[in-house]
Amino acid sequence: MSKNWPLWEVFIRAKNGLSHRHAGSVHAADAKMALEAARDTYTRRMEGVSLWVVPSAAIIASDPGDAAELFEPAADKVYRHPTFYSIPENIKNI
Amino acid sequence: MYTTELKDKNQKPQVAAVVEDPERLAAFEARVAADDFIEPKDWMPEAYRKTLVRQISQHAHSEIVGMLPEGNWITRAPSLRRKAVLLAKVQDEGGHGLYLYAAAETLGTSREEMIEALHSGRAKYSTIFNYPTLTWADIGAIGWLVDGAAIMNQVPLQRTSYGPYARAMVRVCKEESFHQRQGYEIMMALAGGTDAQKRMAQDALNRWWWPSIMMFGPPDENSPNTAQSIRWRIKRETNDELRQKFIDVTVPQAEAIGLTIPDADLKWNDARGSYDYGAIDWEEFYAVVRGEGPVAKERMQARVKAWEDGAWVRDAATAHAAKHEAREAAE
Repeated sequence: MSKNWPLWEVFIRAKNGLSHRHAGSVHAADAKMALEAARDTYTRRMEGVSLWVVPSAAIIASDPGDAAELFEPAADKVYRHPTFYSIPENIKNI
Repeated sequence: MYTTELKDKNQKPQVAAVVEDPERLAAFEARVAADDFIEPKDWMPEAYRKTLVRQISQHAHSEIVGMLPEGNWITRAPSLRRKAVLLAKVQDEGGHGLYLYAAAETLGTSREEMIEALHSGRAKYSTIFNYPTLTWADIGAIGWLVDGAAIMNQVPLQRTSYGPYARAMVRVCKEESFHQRQGYEIMMALAGGTDAQKRMAQDALNRWWWPSIMMFGPPDENSPNTAQSIRWRIKRETNDELRQKFIDVTVPQAEAIGLTIPDADLKWNDARGSYDYGAIDWEEFYAVVRGEGPVAKERMQARVKAWEDGAWVRDAATAHAAKHEAREAAE
């Protein structure tokens, strides 16, 4: 191969009403070819009704090393959840 | 289709050249032991990464090379239905190869490196594809036995510890079951046919049985990396455990259509609740791993030719993309 083709991430909408979901990746020279390759590779059995392809290089990912500071603070904010509040049994519809 | 990790018998066992940070290593081991998945950006020991790259790329190569023995029967399939089915199956194998290459790439190895390793003969692929497909019954035997063995291997890999590999396996397993059923259906049709057709089915079983049970790899006592791979949840079951399971489910399938497994020592063992089976010719296995399989050279020649013949298409697509990018930039 004279030049390595870029990597594209493939997202499939299984049916209308659902969001697109990551399925995998393909190599392709351009966006049109990436769509065609994604169709052949990931939708041979009616897996979806719509495809997105996104250049993998365009995805900015969080660092797993930062997971603690990014996501753990949520654990000590239990008051964000409805079960934190105790309401007497006789109060309905709440 | 799948192969267990393959190495030449004389190849040195893998030694971890890198000394890992004991604290990170302990944290990693604990995560894996708790059945957590490891994702591409997570820290992992070098030996884990290397083992995975080798196993996943061998698996990918096996899918791609696996298209060759079946591909050469597409034009000779006995009916339009069989032809459509075989085309779909071969296309699936290509897809499986692509899922797996993509999973291996997340570990930092490029597609080009892997393809180069295959074509230069450095990379291994399943020994099973270096046997010839002589008759139409071989296509039945491959689907039934080779894909059957692959399923046995791949089902536990859906829970392998490396996330991208596990996800690829989920897709593969979903698609693989049709492969095995269409193969068994071919065998069933032949076994229920004329005497000549029945002989053809039995002959295919005779030739594919032993190579199929060798697909699970060397016996556990000669598989030095198995313990490590099981501890890291790269493998979930040992070669011998999987081989036994495969034999136990396959023998009744052969009996049901009046075919005989070519193993005089095969016998149900009531105490074990499993079949005892005869000695496997491991010298043959290691010879095929070394590249001495009956059609090893033809397979690689066909693979390299396809790659080289397709070069102009890849170059044209690259040039087309570059031209359009330049044109858009100019606007």
